[in-house]
Amino acid sequence: MSTTTDENAVVKEVQPLEEATVRFCGDSGDGMQLAGTQFSNTSALAGNDIATFPDFPAEIRAPRGTLAGVSGFQIHFASHDIYTPGETVDALVAMNPAALKTNLADLKSNGVLILNSDAFDKKALGQAGYESNPIEDDSLSGYQVFSMPMTSMTRGAVDGLDLSVKESDRCRNFFAMGLVFWLFGRSMDPTLRFIDAKFSKVPSIAEANRRALKAGYNFGETTDAFRSSYTVEKAKLPAGTYRNMTGNQALAWGLMTAAKLSGKKLFLGSYPITPASDILHELSKYKNFDVLTFQAEDEIAAICSAIGAAYGGEMALTTTSGPGMALKGEAMGLAMMLELPLVIVDVQRGGPSTGLPTKTEQADLLQVMFGRNGESPIPVIAASSPADCFDVAIEAWRLATRFMTPIVVLTDGYIANGSEPWRIPNVADLPKIRVTHPGPRDENDPPFLPYQRNEELARPWAVPGTPGLMHRVGGLEKQDGTGNVSYDPHNHHHMCVTRAQKVANIADVVPAQEVMGAESGKVLVVSWGGTYGACRTAVARLQAQGKSVSHAHVRYMNPFPKNLGQLISQFDKVLVPELNLGQMRLLLRSKYLVDAVGLNKVQGKPFTTTEIAEKIESLLG
Amino acid sequence: MASAELPVLKPADYGTDQDVRWCPGCGDYSILAQMKKVMSTLNMSRENTVFVSGIGCSSRFPYYMNTYGMHSIHGRAPAFATGLKSARQDLTVFVITGDGDSLSIGGNHLMHVLRRNVNLNIILFNNRIYGLTKGQYSPTSEQGKVTKSTPMGSIDNPIHPLSVAISCEATFVARSIDVHTKHLQETLERAVGHKGVSFVEVYQNCNVFNDGAYKWATDKDSKSDTVLELEHGKPMIFGKDRDKGIRLNGMTPEVVELGKGISEDDLLFHDAKSTEPTLAYMLTRMSHPEFPEPIGVLRDLDAPCYDDAINYQVQHAKETRGEADLEKLFNSGDTWVVE
Ligand SMILES: Cc1ncc(C[n+]2csc(CCOP(=O)(O)OP(=O)(O)O)c2C)c(N)n1
Ligand code: SF4
Ligand SMILES: [Mg+2]
Repeated sequence: MSTTTDENAVVKEVQPLEEATVRFCGDSGDGMQLAGTQFSNTSALAGNDIATFPDFPAEIRAPRGTLAGVSGFQIHFASHDIYTPGETVDALVAMNPAALKTNLADLKSNGVLILNSDAFDKKALGQAGYESNPIEDDSLSGYQVFSMPMTSMTRGAVDGLDLSVKESDRCRNFFAMGLVFWLFGRSMDPTLRFIDAKFSKVPSIAEANRRALKAGYNFGETTDAFRSSYTVEKAKLPAGTYRNMTGNQALAWGLMTAAKLSGKKLFLGSYPITPASDILHELSKYKNFDVLTFQAEDEIAAICSAIGAAYGGEMALTTTSGPGMALKGEAMGLAMMLELPLVIVDVQRGGPSTGLPTKTEQADLLQVMFGRNGESPIPVIAASSPADCFDVAIEAWRLATRFMTPIVVLTDGYIANGSEPWRIPNVADLPKIRVTHPGPRDENDPPFLPYQRNEELARPWAVPGTPGLMHRVGGLEKQDGTGNVSYDPHNHHHMCVTRAQKVANIADVVPAQEVMGAESGKVLVVSWGGTYGACRTAVARLQAQGKSVSHAHVRYMNPFPKNLGQLISQFDKVLVPELNLGQMRLLLRSKYLVDAVGLNKVQGKPFTTTEIAEKIESLLG
Repeated sequence: MASAELPVLKPADYGTDQDVRWCPGCGDYSILAQMKKVMSTLNMSRENTVFVSGIGCSSRFPYYMNTYGMHSIHGRAPAFATGLKSARQDLTVFVITGDGDSLSIGGNHLMHVLRRNVNLNIILFNNRIYGLTKGQYSPTSEQGKVTKSTPMGSIDNPIHPLSVAISCEATFVARSIDVHTKHLQETLERAVGHKGVSFVEVYQNCNVFNDGAYKWATDKDSKSDTVLELEHGKPMIFGKDRDKGIRLNGMTPEVVELGKGISEDDLLFHDAKSTEPTLAYMLTRMSHPEFPEPIGVLRDLDAPCYDDAINYQVQHAKETRGEADLEKLFNSGDTWVVE
């Protein structure tokens, strides 16, 4: 052993981990979403599988220091496949007492707790409801507490840059990031690149953020406080090139891709609403992809403008969340009646009414199924994860054009804002979406019949500008074939049945329902949408213990895959976990006469794996 | 000449074989007839024209035109038309709407389509009543109107469609009357010719639920005294003997008799091209019986169109950022490779 001591060279141990979960939390103004996003991207770039869960208040700037104003971002990263952002966290960064108060319960015992001691003053402690300072009393003794004056250290790091105190303090999140980067052996390069790009116009701020980031990193490296850091190896994902994607971004890119695959312009009519607005923002960036984005005066105008574009022969899209869906109802009925292709995206959030705008829920299923007057069948498909949004978007447009129908895509706030690695597809390998339009006719041709159907019951998509195909469409009942207005009772019955049958025909062309696990047994978990990760992880965990449980995660919500009923009948019990009070369960029970059991939660939060596993175990008896 | 060989479509060629379902005597028939004449006069292409309507008697219009058409939902036609025109600039798009359709349920959309200046032709059939739902008062019905839903008289303050249009920055604002066939044709022709949003209010008689609402404007004996035909650059003169005019007194208009010391030069001259909207707005406020009501083109301005701009941005983005390349987009920024 060396006998010389260098006080600066602290030899630290690096502990390998298979997976870890980190949560950044602080005041809404503390930049925690940015910190989380940067850490996620860096972890993804380091080759981990990741799943993220941003969680923020509805208010843009809730009163500072309050419990209601706490914003958090959780990242789960691993050297193997993961499907959820994790339940309890291994490391928690709390930038103020309110954040500590609201998040501590999720920290594992003996977990790493990083605190900004500067923020633990009397006022802030009072706002968070602490009678004494938890850093000083022994209430945190069950954790590895690393408390440091981040505010003053950040101010020190940016000293000399001529920034106001406010500007200096805004760099604190970079200090916290730097520290966590060190703790998990992450490279700072991606974030340094991000800073260069983002703040290129304000060099002093760029420099301050760089310095704060490095100061945090160096502090981790040099302080005696941290005895060890951690490392999580690359995950063995299928070979390919990857990037990190949020659900909203993946959906937007999928829609742009669908437009290209079908040789169409993409027209989006939308009205801003959380958590769907990012799709509008994202698509607005790519006008060079023949994307027209129309920010309408309301959700009604948004969908109506899209239907106008569909009539014009382009790819039509409208995006919204629950309250906007409620407004779109009448126009959705019209689109169904006109039999025009249209993609309607509902990024679900906590309802009813304005509900919990920034929180997740799955309670719009029955609204999109039935929320219209008259017999108004519309197909519905649901995305299961951030990356899946890309595929679902393409699938939606493929079905909409093939069957000449509006189609609803359901996602939710959890997968819309969450992110995961997305394997970049080879564009040339993506199947083209074949769209045809009838060609011109002259006087001698037989009259054009806009509602003459093919064997799948789809009608032709005749577009204005085509000589000889002039025709009128509308919401009045129309005669099959000619499309002329008809009040004939039998025709109306025939048309209602025909439109329903057309949508039912979709089941003939979609893949059979897959099942993870045995095709018969004691319990089948049937899930849809963003609960995929938690259900899959829970079932896999119990399967590993030899339990008789299988999992069917449904993408095609209307119509259901043809074999779903048969599959369900092979199990003693059917469990339907949903972030609503039993909406898919209602559909399954009515369609298959199955006594399905629900696991239901409407707390604005995703399921934890444990919640689902426990319910399955209780059913297994 | 080559153009002589082009088949010239007659007005009847613009009609469909569908039975017209309006009540006999309805003013809508005349508007339909004038529209077909205008399309024939302008030799408009049927396949490149789309009529979009909302709901109401008036909104049945597209079914009777042998063009493309969409009978949409109540009040929303401007939104459908905005999407269609933005996606398909090559088409000529009309919006057919009623006073209830455009000013009650669709008021919001009307406001926005006008301010955006989408290159559409909006024709508002104003019969000052809800026709299709059998005779309730509408946003343009006069106060005190007794209808089925207002047995004691309506208490709502009515709205002036053209005032709305001016305050929403409409670039082409005009008015005509169903039975003034020549005038209506000319007005529609000018509306079609205008690049940008054209807003035409047509006084339309609903002979079943609001018969005679515009009797004063259509009666042979009274019409020259009750209607002021606007002409750009001309003084505002009216009356059977063309002996009356409109003069500005301070900020308010007044009716004056010509002669007796008042000459044409003392009158207001109509300037449809004025970018300043005050006088045009004032014209929209002149109502019977205090004033003759102006018909013709109140306002006709050039301004950038929404549909041009939205497509220009696409074009510009392509020029500055290059044509779409998904492969490039997907692989841009931070990516990593798993072997
Ligand atoms: C959402 C909705 N609400 C109400 C109606 C019933 N409705 C149909 S037409 C109409 C009023 C039409 O009045 P107007 O626009 O003046 O047209 P007109 O019949 O006078 O030509 C109403 C209330 C409807 N079709 N849809
Ligand atoms: S009700 Fe009035 S507006 Fe409607 S068709 Fe009859 S006359 Fe015309
Ligand atoms: Mg009316």
